[in-house]
Amino acid sequence: MQQSNIQIPTFPRSAALALRVLPLLPISASLTAFSRRITKRSPGLFRRLGEYDRKRFILDPTDLPILLRLDANGGIPITTAHRKDPGDGDAKIAGSLAALLGLVHGAYDGDALFFSRDLVIEGDTAAALALRNAIDDAELDLAEEIAAFSGPLARPVRRLAALAQRITGVALMRPEEAMSW
Amino acid sequence: MELTVGANQFFWKPEQWAAFYGDLCTAPVDRVVLGELVCSKRLPFYQDQLPTAIERLMQAGKKVTLTSLALVTLKRERKMTSELAAMNIEVEVNDLTALAVLPKDVPFSVGPLVNVYNETTLAWLAGRGATRVCLPPELPLASVAVLTRAANDLGLEIEVWGHGRLPLAISGRCYHARLHGRTKDNCQFACEDDADGLAVETLDNQPFLAINGVQTLSASHASTAYQIEALQDAGVSALRLSPQSTGFVALCDLYRNRIMGKTDATELVAGIVAQNPDCQLSDGFLTGSRGSDWSGSSG
Amino acid sequence: MVMEIVCPAGTPAALRAAVKAGAHTVYCGFADETNARNFPGLNFSRAEMTEGIAFAHSHGSKVLVAINTFPRAGAETIWHSAVSDAHAAGADAVILADVGLLAYAAEDHSDLRRHLSVQAAAANADVINFYAEAFGVKRVVLPRVLSVQEIAAINADTDVETEVFVFGGLCVMAEGRCSLSSYATGLSPNMNGVCSPATHVEYTQEGGDLAARLGGYTIHRVADGEPAPYPTLCKGCFHAGKKTGHVFEDAVSLNAEQLLPQLRDAGVTALKIEGRQRSRSYVSQVVKNFRAAVDALEAGRTLPEGMLARLAEGQASTTGAYRKTWR
Repeated sequence: MQQSNIQIPTFPRSAALALRVLPLLPISASLTAFSRRITKRSPGLFRRLGEYDRKRFILDPTDLPILLRLDANGGIPITTAHRKDPGDGDAKIAGSLAALLGLVHGAYDGDALFFSRDLVIEGDTAAALALRNAIDDAELDLAEEIAAFSGPLARPVRRLAALAQRITGVALMRPEEAMSW
Repeated sequence: MELTVGANQFFWKPEQWAAFYGDLCTAPVDRVVLGELVCSKRLPFYQDQLPTAIERLMQAGKKVTLTSLALVTLKRERKMTSELAAMNIEVEVNDLTALAVLPKDVPFSVGPLVNVYNETTLAWLAGRGATRVCLPPELPLASVAVLTRAANDLGLEIEVWGHGRLPLAISGRCYHARLHGRTKDNCQFACEDDADGLAVETLDNQPFLAINGVQTLSASHASTAYQIEALQDAGVSALRLSPQSTGFVALCDLYRNRIMGKTDATELVAGIVAQNPDCQLSDGFLTGSRGSDWSGSSG
Repeated sequence: MVMEIVCPAGTPAALRAAVKAGAHTVYCGFADETNARNFPGLNFSRAEMTEGIAFAHSHGSKVLVAINTFPRAGAETIWHSAVSDAHAAGADAVILADVGLLAYAAEDHSDLRRHLSVQAAAANADVINFYAEAFGVKRVVLPRVLSVQEIAAINADTDVETEVFVFGGLCVMAEGRCSLSSYATGLSPNMNGVCSPATHVEYTQEGGDLAARLGGYTIHRVADGEPAPYPTLCKGCFHAGKKTGHVFEDAVSLNAEQLLPQLRDAGVTALKIEGRQRSRSYVSQVVKNFRAAVDALEAGRTLPEGMLARLAEGQASTTGAYRKTWR
């Protein structure tokens, strides 16, 4: 029998406090636009959800004072920010922001996070699994998506993301895949 | 429709074993499968009584078949399986290893632990000499109907699991030994204490499974009480009743009356429950949404 | 000869990750009931399979297509077309379990290499040779019930290549011979390609505990902060006799990393990693580790140790049946 652990960073408290006072409506509008952009660039993502492509997912970054609701909506996703769980999700995935981002970027393995309880799933487990598998296949890079979204600011955004990743240890971008052999 | 007594899944004391097969001589059944199905370590305890039991059953007019082991891994188990072929009694193949060692021109039957899920498998087995097949208990009624039709064209008889705890899994690991903190090689025959398997309940005390050495069974007893007509209509030749330590001959009577049309499903179930009030029943593999479901209201 | 690393891929991204990480061979399946990991969001469309195989071949890796469930009576054409389509997509072999499907493939696709799936539970040399003679099977994936000595004994008595599981989920039952899952949920590995399906899983917070149920049966309960294994039936915590515990198996997964020298000496051709349901990150890490290990073994260097523990289920691992005392 072997036991081991790796440390997953948490979001700084001061930054979390700042999120508490931000208005949610513009955040939701940007998130929806952002998720539709991802859909456009990775059309396979929602196709892979199959029969679960009309489910609502609550994403709960436990070190942030907000939750996100991702309504897959048949491939035209609607993402909104909430202060409290809106209670109408089919499945809820909760974990630190770093765990959630690491999952999206393929830096961590979903099952491993789940076994260690760094990630907690409630509700429709099959829908949550489908989402996880679809995201894993999409090879997303959120920093790259944001950079592409930022027009002339793309280069500074990329540099900022890389710097923030180095400082916080949070996987803000997709790790380089080098050929090992 | 005929009644077949399946191979005993449990480990009984030699006297109990001998009495059981002695009683079967007068039970209303057509065919008896004997031998060791589950664990090769058990056979030496009753091996010398097999010839007498076989002879008596044959004299009583029963057709007799010898089962192979369900999972053959060890050298002595390979040898045991080869020896089966030399006994000049029809073999029921419950692991394809037995087929590997049977001479090609010898007819054989196929037991419920061989995966026969479709027509091509059935046809291949028929081509190889199979004369009857007891289908895996997991199959739904729709598959049973399709396979029985195919079997008719191939000249095969189809049998269905009729009553008894369901054989759900077989392993290399002995759960009785594990429970007693022993290894399989030093099991001290812990399974002998549980003549019908040892109940496994959930943490909420819900009956769920039963362990029997390397085998895992259902807690419930499967019963085809409600499906007899459907199975007869589909052309199923025989029902298989799985041995239990008490009241087995009476159980055979209950099923005989049911297939003769003397009783209906409710009367059969009432008979089973009267005999064993704690008995939980299931028929979900045939007609339910899962194996543990039950068509009846009680049980 | 270097032992071949056979690596799982549940998605095209995982296939590419495996190939880049050094997998000699990748195995995968179509997105339907024809393969034993028919999970939500997983597996390959026909087009993805063709592309994936081309990608692997261009990097010198092979692809095996698992069509290892048991075809349903009256619907066998679904499985037959899976074999035909794998052949057309350029698969290096198909992994099959069903006698009828093997007979079909041997007859209609005789030049497509056939491997015997672990789902056939072929656990001795006699039955393995029987499959070779009857259906031209070239390789057998051995069930996880055998010790290293028994594997060596099998290899001494057969010319069929053997492939053994070295890492990942651990079935304690003989695969292909287990209907625990369909008893509790109606869905089984043999018929539907799923075991303890997520559609029937329910987690509930009860007091300070997290209860996990499958088809309404409580499989386990863990206190806050304890590792929470997926509610796989045979890894559950139950009452039996006067005891309460993991009657069948603890929530552990297989790691035979340290047994690689013995497995090589036992004549094993290929090392199989379980986990088509796992992420590309997992696939990549495990493959890199095992590729480094077999290369070190070949070069006579000592093996790197214990890099993979966190990826294991319940974060604990076992060498399973490979050591005889497991039984």
